[in-house]
Amino acid sequence: MSQESLDIRFRRAVRRATGEVTVEVDGRPIAVGEEDTAAAAILLAGALPNRLSAVSGSPRAPYCMMGACFECLAEIDGVPLQQACLVQVADGMRIRTAKGSPT
Amino acid sequence: MSGETIDLAVVGAGPAGMAAAATAADLGLDVRLLDEQPWPGGQIHRGVDRLAGPKTTDDPDRAAGRALLHALRQSKADYRPRTCVWHVGPGDDGVFELGLRCDGAVALLRARHVLLATGSVERAMPIPGWTLPGVMTAGAAQSMLKASGLCPEGPIVMAGSGPLLYLCADQLAAVGADIRALLDTTPRGRYFRALRDLPAALRAPAVLRRGLGLLRAPARRGIPVHRHVEAVEAVGDLGVTGVRWRRGGRWDQTDCDHLLLHQGVQPHINLPRLAGCAMEWDDVQHCWKPETDDWGRSTVPGCWVAGDGAGIAGGEAASDFGRLAALGVAADLGALTREEAGRRATSHNRALAPLLAVRPFLDNLYRPDRAFMLPADGTLACRCEEMTAGDIRKAVADGCHAIEAVKQYTRCGMGACQGRMCGSTVPEVIADARGVPVSAVGTYSQRTPVKPLPLTELAKLDTVLNPPSTETAA
Ligand code: FES
Repeated sequence: MSQESLDIRFRRAVRRATGEVTVEVDGRPIAVGEEDTAAAAILLAGALPNRLSAVSGSPRAPYCMMGACFECLAEIDGVPLQQACLVQVADGMRIRTAKGSPT
Repeated sequence: MSGETIDLAVVGAGPAGMAAAATAADLGLDVRLLDEQPWPGGQIHRGVDRLAGPKTTDDPDRAAGRALLHALRQSKADYRPRTCVWHVGPGDDGVFELGLRCDGAVALLRARHVLLATGSVERAMPIPGWTLPGVMTAGAAQSMLKASGLCPEGPIVMAGSGPLLYLCADQLAAVGADIRALLDTTPRGRYFRALRDLPAALRAPAVLRRGLGLLRAPARRGIPVHRHVEAVEAVGDLGVTGVRWRRGGRWDQTDCDHLLLHQGVQPHINLPRLAGCAMEWDDVQHCWKPETDDWGRSTVPGCWVAGDGAGIAGGEAASDFGRLAALGVAADLGALTREEAGRRATSHNRALAPLLAVRPFLDNLYRPDRAFMLPADGTLACRCEEMTAGDIRKAVADGCHAIEAVKQYTRCGMGACQGRMCGSTVPEVIADARGVPVSAVGTYSQRTPVKPLPLTELAKLDTVLNPPSTETAA
């Protein structure tokens, strides 16, 4: 079963009272809740794989969402290898994933 | 470095940490509550401060979380979010030193007492394909729902064992998730064996009723539940496209975009281990936990452990364990007489009794199954260094018997996650290969920093940290 590209994503199921901000995931603007994490933005945008493993280059995606697994690493505002599940979004934040920067 | 020394540093703002910090601050102690997440609540009370959760079978947690948060905000405890603790250990003068990192800046904090309330992590479920995008833990999906109101889009399969799997299925279904199958891997015979612990569990009818309600919830929501599943595999290339499973010797499969795994939780012991706390093996929960007394005192003077990090008892129990530890610290510091601490402890112990009475039943029912702890040779055991179970078996065959030797040989446990993902699987595979009980293999030792830290940042610290204890249980 071979896949050309990946379209795995999350959707907003519960609307929230808090405000919205716009972040950029791989250059594309996306509206997120101001109290979402960068990992949530990645999942909403379907920007998977967000990283390729160091050893074999295999595709990876956020796994634990609690800071333990280090699978959610992404470049945030120019700083590489950030744990996206621990970073709160901010208006204008730029998130870059492996999907958006093919090697 | 500033010479500031506080009374108590609490690590982890889940139920144990929030309750402990508020209690200790109310007793007049100078308390700082450190947490890695941007918001308080830990995993169980994620998003408690902002999002109205979906209506599900299971709402009592939210009210409890709000009450804890309210007490914390009313107290004088100094709560510091986004703060990673990468070092903890006693300094030369017996005062604890904590290495912190917040928003890219490192700092050192000195505290007379430290309470580690770092909760639990989900036990790994190393099946073929478990690193594919689209596969995540059930707890992770639950976090996204609780904190951000997000739900996986498209067909979902859930697989594993334990109450959280059912709770998460129920919560996701409540917001319209398309759950195609729930594969319950609890082995046949477990229910029967757990029955002998049922009389004790009946002391906590409310807890039992809640559990039974959860077990029935997926079927009530029309989710097909397959029990006694023997094997699960994620299928896909760039990401998961389907799941295969074996039941009664027969393979079956379904397409999906998401696979959510869960195989119970275990104490998150990296910090207690680094601090030098003696560990003990819990045979029923099948995990290591720090040795503690009734107050949460560890074997290292001044270092306390409370909540699931001291042994799995659940979020409700964690807050009372946190309060007990706060009373213990206050008594040690003279902010409270021993008699008064003992008197106040009574009500917490009374609240804990039914929650603890139900544990043997739950723990025996959901004891992790060997089939899911001993992956086949070709399956990854370590996600960071990409080592398979076969690589570990080869290391043992080549003469690496101790866990530290296997670690050096394979680099398992030396990657970014510092063993948080492979820490349950690797000892299991070693024990199996050597034909010894897993308790004889021990657990990874921990070194500073317990979370990767850019060396340039570490260099900014002008204090040399004492090297932590590195002996192993093996
Ligand atoms: S998803 Fe595991 S560390 Fe972020």
